[in-house]
Amino acid sequence: MISGADQRRRLRLPAADGAVSRRGRGSVGGAAGLTALVVVLAVLPYVAGPGVTYQLASLFVLVILASMWNLLAGYSGLVSIGLQAFIGIGSYSLLWLSIHGVGVYAAIPLAALISAALALPTAFLVFRLRGGYFAVATWVIAEVALLIVSQITSLGAGSGASLNGLSGYDPAQRQADTYWVTLVLTVATLLGIYLLLRSRLGLGLTAIRDSESAAGSLGVEVNRAKLIAYLVAALGCGAAGAVILANSLEVAPDSAFSVQWTAYMIFCVMVGGLGTIEGPVIGAIIFFALQYWLSADGAWYLILIGVLAIIMTVRIRQGIWGLVASRTGLSLFPVGYRVRVSAAAGAGEPPAGAGGPPSEPPGSGKHRGDEQERGLR
Amino acid sequence: MSWVNTVLQGILLGGYYALFAAGLSLMFGVMRLVNLAHGDLAVLAAFGSVVLVDQLHMNPWETLIVVVPLMAVLGYALQRYLLNLTVGATPLPSILVTFGLSIIIANTLLQVFSADTRGLQAGAISTASIQLGDGLAVGTFDIVVFAVAIAVLSGLQLMLTRTTTGRLMRACSDDRQTASLMGINERHVYALATAIALATVAVAGIFEGMSTQFTATSGPMYLIFAFEAVVIGGLGSIWGTLAGGIVLGVAQTIGGQINSADQILAGHLVFLAVLAFRPRGLFSRAAVA
Repeated sequence: MISGADQRRRLRLPAADGAVSRRGRGSVGGAAGLTALVVVLAVLPYVAGPGVTYQLASLFVLVILASMWNLLAGYSGLVSIGLQAFIGIGSYSLLWLSIHGVGVYAAIPLAALISAALALPTAFLVFRLRGGYFAVATWVIAEVALLIVSQITSLGAGSGASLNGLSGYDPAQRQADTYWVTLVLTVATLLGIYLLLRSRLGLGLTAIRDSESAAGSLGVEVNRAKLIAYLVAALGCGAAGAVILANSLEVAPDSAFSVQWTAYMIFCVMVGGLGTIEGPVIGAIIFFALQYWLSADGAWYLILIGVLAIIMTVRIRQGIWGLVASRTGLSLFPVGYRVRVSAAAGAGEPPAGAGGPPSEPPGSGKHRGDEQERGLR
Repeated sequence: MSWVNTVLQGILLGGYYALFAAGLSLMFGVMRLVNLAHGDLAVLAAFGSVVLVDQLHMNPWETLIVVVPLMAVLGYALQRYLLNLTVGATPLPSILVTFGLSIIIANTLLQVFSADTRGLQAGAISTASIQLGDGLAVGTFDIVVFAVAIAVLSGLQLMLTRTTTGRLMRACSDDRQTASLMGINERHVYALATAIALATVAVAGIFEGMSTQFTATSGPMYLIFAFEAVVIGGLGSIWGTLAGGIVLGVAQTIGGQINSADQILAGHLVFLAVLAFRPRGLFSRAAVA
């Protein structure tokens, strides 16, 4: 454990009263660990069978979806229950592009772009409502997309269709390629959200989540920021939808546009931790495990995730990661700002502006005592 | 003449949607809470009625006497012990909790009653019709439902404007903190509002069950129709809700007349058009919440 003064020297900050840092506890170690994890996951197809990579690809899709829902609800204050619209549009765009001769893997980013492009006019409509009514309006959009797609016979109409663009591939190679594409998209999603939230726009989004009117009065362009978040979510869900089809090779309107996707996203985010980047990842892993063990029992696991999501929402709003982070100060993806005051300079005085006294006496050797995170996450 | 008939059927369909929308509108008006489990609670009431008909051989009309009060009690408890925990500055908790309830109710019904379609036999009235001449006829049952919808909406209007409970509800809606400073127990008032809302939902669910078939997963469709009726009519306007239901119903029957697969889509498109051009609703006097 390095002392505050050492930290200051390493950061080349003046040994004055306080310094602002964006790093949290575990950020550096976490980044190294995550990089190692990605490397391990990347070589996995060489050692594990297609069954494992198929399951992992499904898990990665959940991570992407949950991260997108979290970007809206956790950072922009937009609670959508209609993101399945863009999952379905992503799947069906891939199918359509593939029918028209575009290579499947090249079509995945195009499908995501089509999703985002179609999200633009719907944003114009749903943004006219707020809160719960916004939520239901997004659901109506998804229903409209479902009803329209169900009538397009060239896309299989109501009974769905198979993706034939990959039929020439060796199955093992196809599964490995799809897995790698999914892994790349997942890493890009997490990295993209991380960078987005560290940007000026991300700061604006966080401010909007905390108070829309206050953010607006301080010069945040509220509507623009929300629109960008909504389009990014549509982009991510479109990519996820395309990958779902590439992984399963079959699509049907009722499952592609199912509101159950939203139930999954909400569960992952609320159990893992709303408004954190780590939370949706943890929630997705928990959801995946529950689904893996319990889905044989029919709808009971859906009832269970409903109950758990309600309990988390009412009792433990910050989710599992929120609990971990508040107890340990861990932050694998630091997007906030923290004020650090060294034990010597602070001398028992709390840093200006930070609420509450330090929870540990200064100089106790524990860092938590002399660093406090400001209101931003 | 078929177009006149189509519009007429649409207007009567609007009665069902207004009946569904009444409770949604009341809960939003008093607590700013959008109950996403609204439709599933209607289905729950309809299944309650099915059980009474099957087990106790009751007439579906008689089951109203049992199910409606039970749903009101459920509503009171639900609001008092769960939903009140979610009322606050942001809509997120209430959306998530009611969405969770929706998932729980729908899947529990699915497990208990399977995915079979069900219906309630209303008796001779369900096939009776009133001749209006010129080949026009309207179903007697639909007329009854329309009348019930008007009665429920009038009752809500009177309750909110003329009774002490209604006054308390409006006070809590306008300013919860001040109302509570004046000694109003807003948790109780909210619970009463939800009890009344769920009573109307039960009526809507049972009538819908008598009119047509339903399954354990019909709830989201009812929610969406109720929501569209509320938004088309204009948030916070009781009679706007009836008008919104009628506009939605007429849009659906006309859409269905053009192409039977487009019935529901036509309703959604009219709703989206209202959002685009008259986001405050067609008949709203109040500002958008």
